[in-house]
Amino acid sequence: MSSIPHDLVAGGHPHGHDDHAHHPTGIMRWITTTNHKDIGTLYLWFSLTMFFVGGVMALTIRAELFQPGLQIVHPEFFNSMTTLHGLIMIFGALMPGAVGFANWLIPMQIGAPDMAFARMNNWSFWLLPPAAIMLLLSLFVPGGAASGGWTMYPPLTVQSGMGMDLTIFAVHIMGASSIMGSINIITTILNLRAPGMTLMKLPLFCWTWLITAYLLIAVMPVLAGAVTMLLTDRHFGTSFFNAAGGGDPVLFQHVFWFFGHPEVYIIILPAFGIISEIIPVFSRKPLFGYASMVYAVAAIAILSFLVWAHHMFTTGLPAASILFYMYATMLIAVPTGVKVFNWLATMWKGSISLEAPMLFALGFLFLFTTGGFTGLILAIQPIDIQFQDTYYVVAHFHYVMVAGTLFAFFGGVYYWLPKWTGHMYDEKIADWHFWGSFIFFNVAFFPMHFLGLAGMPRRVPDYAQQFTDWNQVSTIGAFGFGLSQLLLLWAVLKCIRGGAPAPAKPWEGAMTLEWTLPSPPPYHSFETPPVVK
Amino acid sequence: MGKRMGLGVRRCLGFAVLLSLFASGTAFAAWEWNFQAPATPIAAEIINLHSLIFWICVVIFVGVFGTMFWSLYYHRKSSGHQAVQFHENTTVEIIWTVIPFLILLFMAYPATKTILAAHDTTSPDLTIKITGYQWKWGYDYLQDGFGYYSNLGTPLAQIEGRDKKNDNYLLEVDNPLVVPVDAKVRLLITADDVIHAWWVPAFAVKQDAIPGFVRDTWFRATKVGTYRGQCAELCGKEHGFMPIVVEVKSKEDYAKWAGEQKQKATAAADDPNKVWDVKELVAHGQQVFNANCAACHQPNGTGNAAIGAPALVGDKVVMGPRKAQIDVVLNGQNNGKMPAWRQLSDVDIASVISYTRNSWGNQAPENVVQPAEVKGERK
Repeated sequence: MSSIPHDLVAGGHPHGHDDHAHHPTGIMRWITTTNHKDIGTLYLWFSLTMFFVGGVMALTIRAELFQPGLQIVHPEFFNSMTTLHGLIMIFGALMPGAVGFANWLIPMQIGAPDMAFARMNNWSFWLLPPAAIMLLLSLFVPGGAASGGWTMYPPLTVQSGMGMDLTIFAVHIMGASSIMGSINIITTILNLRAPGMTLMKLPLFCWTWLITAYLLIAVMPVLAGAVTMLLTDRHFGTSFFNAAGGGDPVLFQHVFWFFGHPEVYIIILPAFGIISEIIPVFSRKPLFGYASMVYAVAAIAILSFLVWAHHMFTTGLPAASILFYMYATMLIAVPTGVKVFNWLATMWKGSISLEAPMLFALGFLFLFTTGGFTGLILAIQPIDIQFQDTYYVVAHFHYVMVAGTLFAFFGGVYYWLPKWTGHMYDEKIADWHFWGSFIFFNVAFFPMHFLGLAGMPRRVPDYAQQFTDWNQVSTIGAFGFGLSQLLLLWAVLKCIRGGAPAPAKPWEGAMTLEWTLPSPPPYHSFETPPVVK
Repeated sequence: MGKRMGLGVRRCLGFAVLLSLFASGTAFAAWEWNFQAPATPIAAEIINLHSLIFWICVVIFVGVFGTMFWSLYYHRKSSGHQAVQFHENTTVEIIWTVIPFLILLFMAYPATKTILAAHDTTSPDLTIKITGYQWKWGYDYLQDGFGYYSNLGTPLAQIEGRDKKNDNYLLEVDNPLVVPVDAKVRLLITADDVIHAWWVPAFAVKQDAIPGFVRDTWFRATKVGTYRGQCAELCGKEHGFMPIVVEVKSKEDYAKWAGEQKQKATAAADDPNKVWDVKELVAHGQQVFNANCAACHQPNGTGNAAIGAPALVGDKVVMGPRKAQIDVVLNGQNNGKMPAWRQLSDVDIASVISYTRNSWGNQAPENVVQPAEVKGERK
């Protein structure tokens, strides 16, 4: 630490970090903050805001699809909605949400005072709002927002207007933010652990984030490369993706999915971490098979680099590469299965209680596994021929992204809200939030399997009449799901404003270090590192 | 998983569906929730493969979540269950790693067989080149030397809800692809502008159409009939409006149809220097306009400001010199918002321009464009 006080000494404040809550107040507190909890809070609110923005877009899509024919929006705007919904939910809601949890929890779980690079932490967050604003402003530029899907396949995206350029820059900025966040997380976990906390004693949430951060550093530059090539193809006469100039449109898909598949695990692994924290606590038993859980996460991360072409099974790959990517994809079922079995074994012969965090963890387990099975079915290439680019795929990835990651986040929010705010949340609202989310999620997304089986393509604003009934069911479910999320907002706001005071450890089964701190924790988490036996 | 329920549940639901059908009196099937009936051996094989893997997943699912609910019920804190503090068992870990692996091997074997069978495009009876355009399909019968475009057949009025929708709403075209039954048809698939995907569910054929590259696939339809599919890769604003219809005819009917097409093709290979009559041009131009232009500019030429398609009634270019309009139609403008229509024939372009200059009250001073002029403007 000897080099850090250097500027403090120069500024005449050698006592700086001994002051507990020595920081500006009002808006400047948030703009200039270098505190991991403040930044975590910013990330989480940003994520929630983007979740509602992306949600409104989803409801626009579902409203248009309530019946056949064009009623509410034009096809071009519809395509912008599907594109922005995807980008905003992935880069605006899910990824920043996971970083929010990481900021709040990693220092407290490893016994550190803060993140390793506090100022870079501030910068990684404050890059996000401009990126989000650029994405949303693109709706109002000539030609409208990007409308080529979140996957941005050329040549379609080479045709589109300046909304696409804004999207490319937004992706660049969000990528830079993710890379800095990842460097910070890796450095924090590897260097700031309390004495005695060996790597194999790390809480699973830290482990999953450590591996996720490596994935991010590996693949975000690849995405940046892909969209940069797109940018130069659009404006500077290059032909990376243009066959007439010697390029290949499919090259983009290879590069994009080399990022895109690990990205799927970047989104799900921190959720695995949260679930691995919640299930033992509410089963009042230690996590079953800790070591194999760590190895399973690592195995999933490594395999995630070897399966990207399963997103391209209809591009006309040779049989040999189809077989390779199919086998590799199927193999992911093994470590994923290990995780599910370990969670079940953790619950087995436990002493289980069903507070909101556990409800969401069980909802996660049930629905994520469903999404895992459809993933296995999609991995079988001949079957994928029938499902590629249909609603079956839409159902599949919403089962893993929404019922998977998002449910884990909801569970995590209720689990740690008492620690974050110092108040207990309202269990009744939280339970309603769970049941509303669980039921309406299935009403919205389960019928999409049927639509895909029956042959409805995705990304269409209008459809043939035999698809009407399930689409109507799905739209009703989507609106129910959207409205249920207002309960989350209510529960969180109510908990922040008051409620029964939370003890340091409100959950009797909790074992990780953050529960040794008072609720809410002091501004600088651990001033003196705890000793881990 | 779980897109299909048990047989019993399925029958109950089927019954409910039947009831609702009678109640609503509609002719098309409602609550579609499973694969379309297969029309090729590969499609049938894929359905069997799916059933096998689906049911394996169902069994595992029931086992896993049966255990979970058992545990939730019997190991509750509220029923006074005390937690047993075990947290490791290497044997169990090895078992639940190895068994799923073996199950995967069991699934991979039939899948591999189907993949290899589906990739054999050798010795076809007929080869057809398919080209994806924004937003229609082009079919070229390479051995017989004719080809044509296949456009959406559903009128705009039905899409916008001003007219009752057909049974085959959005799944109908003006000129379907026609193939003989029991013949191995090889498809060479490419695209002109962006990536499309040619998909007919009943054949289990879905192949991306990639501009600048040709990919091949094949099918052998075993039943005479009409089969419908759609473009399956996002290709722009009309992506949802470029369906595929395949008519599988008996060998004799196919031969008759192909003969007629060849005759038509010879007749259509007109002398480009023939001077056409205005009436002929306008009549043909109306067909070309409705198939290609009306989606944006509207059948009555009033345009659609929301998507930047100007009204053609009284438009400067339409009323002005011919050359400028030929240039716009051939090469497009506004960054492709108005696409280039080079793929249309000289006769088609001359007709459609003449049509716009003589319709909806337009009376352009230069009201006739001849195919020879269009030919001259192509660069």
